[in-house]
Amino acid sequence: MLIKKGIPASLGIAIGKAHILKEENILIEQRDIPKDKLKAEVKRFKDALDKTRLDLDAIRVKVLNVLGKNHAKLIDAHHLILEDPLITKEVPKLIVSRCVNAEFAFSEILDKAAEDFEKIDDEFFHERKHDIFDVGKKILSNLVNREKVMLKDLKEPVIIVAHNLYPSDTLHIRETNKVLGFCMDLGSKSSHTAIFAQSMGIPAVVGLSDISRQLNSGDTIIVDGEQGMVIIAPTPEIIEKYKVRKTELHKQEHFFHRLKGLPATTRDGHKISLLCNLDSSADAQELVDMKSEGVGLFRTEFLYMNREAVPTEEEQVRAYSAVAKAIPHVPLTIRTADIGGDRATQLGIKGLKDERNPFMGFRGIRLFIKYPDMLKTQLKAIYKSNTEGNIKIMIPMLSSLDELATVKKVAQDVRTELAEEGYAVRGVPEIGVMIEIPAAAIILDSLLGEIDFVSIGTNDLVQYILAVDRINQYVSELYEPFHPAVLRIINLVVQTAHKKGKPVSVCGEMASDPFAIPVLVGLGVDMLSVPIKMYLRSKYAVRSMNFEKFSGISQHLLGLSTSAEIRKIIEEEVK
Amino acid sequence: MIKKQIRIINELGIHARPAGMIANTASRFSCDVKIIKDKMEVNAKSIMGIMTLAAGNGSSITVLASGSDEVQAVQALEDLFARKFDEE
Repeated sequence: MLIKKGIPASLGIAIGKAHILKEENILIEQRDIPKDKLKAEVKRFKDALDKTRLDLDAIRVKVLNVLGKNHAKLIDAHHLILEDPLITKEVPKLIVSRCVNAEFAFSEILDKAAEDFEKIDDEFFHERKHDIFDVGKKILSNLVNREKVMLKDLKEPVIIVAHNLYPSDTLHIRETNKVLGFCMDLGSKSSHTAIFAQSMGIPAVVGLSDISRQLNSGDTIIVDGEQGMVIIAPTPEIIEKYKVRKTELHKQEHFFHRLKGLPATTRDGHKISLLCNLDSSADAQELVDMKSEGVGLFRTEFLYMNREAVPTEEEQVRAYSAVAKAIPHVPLTIRTADIGGDRATQLGIKGLKDERNPFMGFRGIRLFIKYPDMLKTQLKAIYKSNTEGNIKIMIPMLSSLDELATVKKVAQDVRTELAEEGYAVRGVPEIGVMIEIPAAAIILDSLLGEIDFVSIGTNDLVQYILAVDRINQYVSELYEPFHPAVLRIINLVVQTAHKKGKPVSVCGEMASDPFAIPVLVGLGVDMLSVPIKMYLRSKYAVRSMNFEKFSGISQHLLGLSTSAEIRKIIEEEVK
Repeated sequence: MIKKQIRIINELGIHARPAGMIANTASRFSCDVKIIKDKMEVNAKSIMGIMTLAAGNGSSITVLASGSDEVQAVQALEDLFARKFDEE
């Protein structure tokens, strides 16, 4: 038995046989083709192109149905590559002139194209080479005529083990119901696979470094999505233990559903607001299904992804209005886009140089202050969407009063413009700031006069307090939400805000961590904003705790000097 | 044979979508069409070739067409660049 530790990406436990998705490595050999067979060889190549064309058509229809128009556009680009004369003309020419087999001629041309792409400095163009390889692989596999075992053809339920999964792979997974879990070499909590697994409710562990090479298809493994572990060749006792845990989790899930619509009140009657994080307007219906008390963090970055121009005001109004109207009676906190400099470059904003340290760099409100038109457009769209009067605005990555004053000035200008255009802005939406940069926490007393609420973004706050880049493997161990410095700063924020009567929310991973919830609530946090999938689980954590008791415990924790002491007490007290 | 110098005025330069539009447009004509930038010369009917030019906003390219419908081909490409690839 061997235990591999990775990053827990999606809750749950899966016990089953591994199915390794190998990166397609097709060995290309050079064969001489006799002169009288050259015509047939060219035809073989053209047949492969025809077959690939049909494959692409079939994929396009599926992508369109399952993933939507933007993804389907990618397939259109693949079609264009397939029709490229480099492929349709140059390859047959090479087959004939050098009397070689189609696979060899094709891979020669493909290698040459890859070389040209390697030379490009511009990262955006550089990355296009993956599209070319993707199409190239499809053509090659049609040439060598080897049937790829498609995920949809799985005969029995398996745990998918891969180096990395691509969107087209996850597409097949959505169509089959034979996937018990995921393990991946690469990835983080926010990677494509993690988000996909969460939305499908499939247990997943990512960031396992080399698991796809350690396992063979058919090996029995356990995926522990709670603790982020994969157990290879588990003993019968361990399997039994996990089966019990799995049944427990299942019962729990069932039990959690009974919490829908109940208030997030502690056992001793202390009520907090439990809100959801929203990553896309497409998930609005889930908020309704979950009977959520509102949205504490609507991340608007999705509007800026996979595109080459800034989203228009109309487009944004459509997205925000859809959510605002879906939940007209509860708050919808929209965060202005927290995009980084690299994203801005891809959106067509020029003159940005590569950043050595993007986390400390040009992102969030810093970028919007430099490009006020982007901020204006977003604020205008937010105001116009506020037909229900339930919208609040939240500013990310704020570090000074000057920045806040600038944003408020822009907001004022936008409201004046709207009034001049004849739009009746319904009320003035409350405005709040994210506390992510320690400086903002420390000068919070100076900010409070200008804002209505604060929200602590723990993921970034912890990273900035401890100066730990959590995706840097050399220091990620130092990332510790229960570091005394973190608890003390959270306490400072709550105390300062409450003195002026302003509410404090917490978004970020801590807000849905069953061990952190009692501490945060004990420190006096008024609102928690959690992923939709964690909503009922988090509500259970609130409803099982005793506020008075954890107020006391939290005060005690503030006096401790190490995270080990803090964790020990929390683990003893939270059952 | 005609030769025409064109300046790239669309904001984003020749990224994937414009490259596709150029290849599509050039492919409608039977003449040979080449695009030259700095010392690189590519087939205008090849999306891969065009993308490797990495031609950004403000840069200049030369279109070179030869064949029976060369005039129409160059005209069509010029229009496409002038329309900024329908970006705005």
